[in-house]
Amino acid sequence: MSNTNSQLVRMDRRTALKAAGAGFVALGFASTAHASPEAAAEALAKLSGGAAAATSDKITISLPEIAENGATVPVGITVDSPMTAASYVKQIHVFAEGNPSPETITFNLTPTGTADVNTRIRLSKTQNVLVAAVMNDGSVLTNKKEVKVTIGGCGG
Amino acid sequence: MNFKTIITTIAVLGTGITLAACQMDAYQAPNPNGSELWSGYKTATAETRAMQDDDFANPGMPMVDSAAALYNKKDGEANMSCADCHGAVDDPKGGSKGLPMKGVSARYPVYDADTKKPINVELRINKCRTKYQKAKEYKYESDAMLGMTGLIALQSRGIPMMSTADNPSDELNAAWKAGEAFYYERRGQLNMSCKHCHEDHQGELIRAEVLSQGQSNGFPTYRLKWSKLGSLHRRFRGCNGNIRAEPYGYGSDEYLNLETYLAWRGRGLPMEGPSVRK
Amino acid sequence: MANKPRVKLPKSAKAGEIVQIKTLASHDMETGNRKDKKGNKIPRLILNKFSCSFKGEELFGATMHPSVSANPYIAFSITAKESGTYDFTWTDDNGEVTKVSQDMSVS
Repeated sequence: MSNTNSQLVRMDRRTALKAAGAGFVALGFASTAHASPEAAAEALAKLSGGAAAATSDKITISLPEIAENGATVPVGITVDSPMTAASYVKQIHVFAEGNPSPETITFNLTPTGTADVNTRIRLSKTQNVLVAAVMNDGSVLTNKKEVKVTIGGCGG
Repeated sequence: MNFKTIITTIAVLGTGITLAACQMDAYQAPNPNGSELWSGYKTATAETRAMQDDDFANPGMPMVDSAAALYNKKDGEANMSCADCHGAVDDPKGGSKGLPMKGVSARYPVYDADTKKPINVELRINKCRTKYQKAKEYKYESDAMLGMTGLIALQSRGIPMMSTADNPSDELNAAWKAGEAFYYERRGQLNMSCKHCHEDHQGELIRAEVLSQGQSNGFPTYRLKWSKLGSLHRRFRGCNGNIRAEPYGYGSDEYLNLETYLAWRGRGLPMEGPSVRK
Repeated sequence: MANKPRVKLPKSAKAGEIVQIKTLASHDMETGNRKDKKGNKIPRLILNKFSCSFKGEELFGATMHPSVSANPYIAFSITAKESGTYDFTWTDDNGEVTKVSQDMSVS
């Protein structure tokens, strides 16, 4: 990766952080982050300014209990929240605590539609997927779900 | 059943069954698949099935979209497109020449009188390219070829595979016999044949994986492991590698014969390509 | 991008209706962690940004990391408000932007 590329990526992260509002800038998705539940937990804690973010059943994570192949694991996230200018979900962060780097994808939302997103992620092994929803008032909700990743006899 | 048990079972039962199967009169051969004909779709998880069921979300489809553009694009010294001979890809009449793409993948491989060998969709595409379009061949496992075979397979969705190659009067019968012999022949350091997994232990677990019936009706298939569309011959090479055998080449006679034989084993199974598998 | 991304956006919608949008891009999403047959690291090259915008204003976006699967699939929803062209863009690590635009009429 050239310097230009890494700068580009950092720019993107920074832009995303700015969009998330004050206090959030300190988040620092260190690109050297080590893969561990601690690193993922740390990233989560930083989202809510160091305070332990509340685990909330307002976040529904749909993930297979057992992924057929870790290369493509469908994930759906729904946050039970209005999506009006007064109150909406601003960002949805997805962390994979066992991956080489926990950050997976961050969705940036605006007051439109519903807070319901779907994507496909890579999971290197059996692990927890952590989801954090940042609301427009800066509050953070989190939830997590474990996914078992199997190694096949011939599909592997 | 774990892998070790399978191997042990195979070692005990294998030889006798292999010999018996090879000595069977081909034309009267009973259905070797067991009581039910099934594809990997049956044992796929809901998530993987959902990816196949929604053509929009099937991750192999952008490649097929690109092939649809290639299909209509004039190419080669003859400045011809596929559509010039075959009409629109989904035209059931197949244009003015009456050469529809519908059903092609369910019918192939067919006998090629020029080479006196089976010809599959991949090699047929390249024959069209060199003979009629006067264009360069596509590489066997290239994006263009995978997209094009995917596009053609799509025109046969739901149509049952229809091989009659077991009939001694069928032009493909010699290839079918060679393919059958290959299927039952032990190979590789693990000394296993196709039948040990896909006939004797179909539907059983090999570690966390359900052994398939080894059917070819879903190809090209988007394998999550490959994260890309792949050909049947790529799958053959993978299988051969897994049993520590030297894989044969893409489009090789050995694999063409096996493809011919598998088309017969799968007769009656509706086409699913491009499918999605783990 | 070698193959054009797919975007599923309805051609028309009623004002106020929640519209589901699906997108599927075609990309290897090379993580930078893999090695080639000679043992050399394969450089990272991923799509790192997705955006859906209307009249220059972003309605929905995503920042992607190497843990997003090859051929990124992103589905989300918007509230139909105005007729017009919706722009979808994917940006890779080299700054190359792929854009798909689709019209939706809102009544």
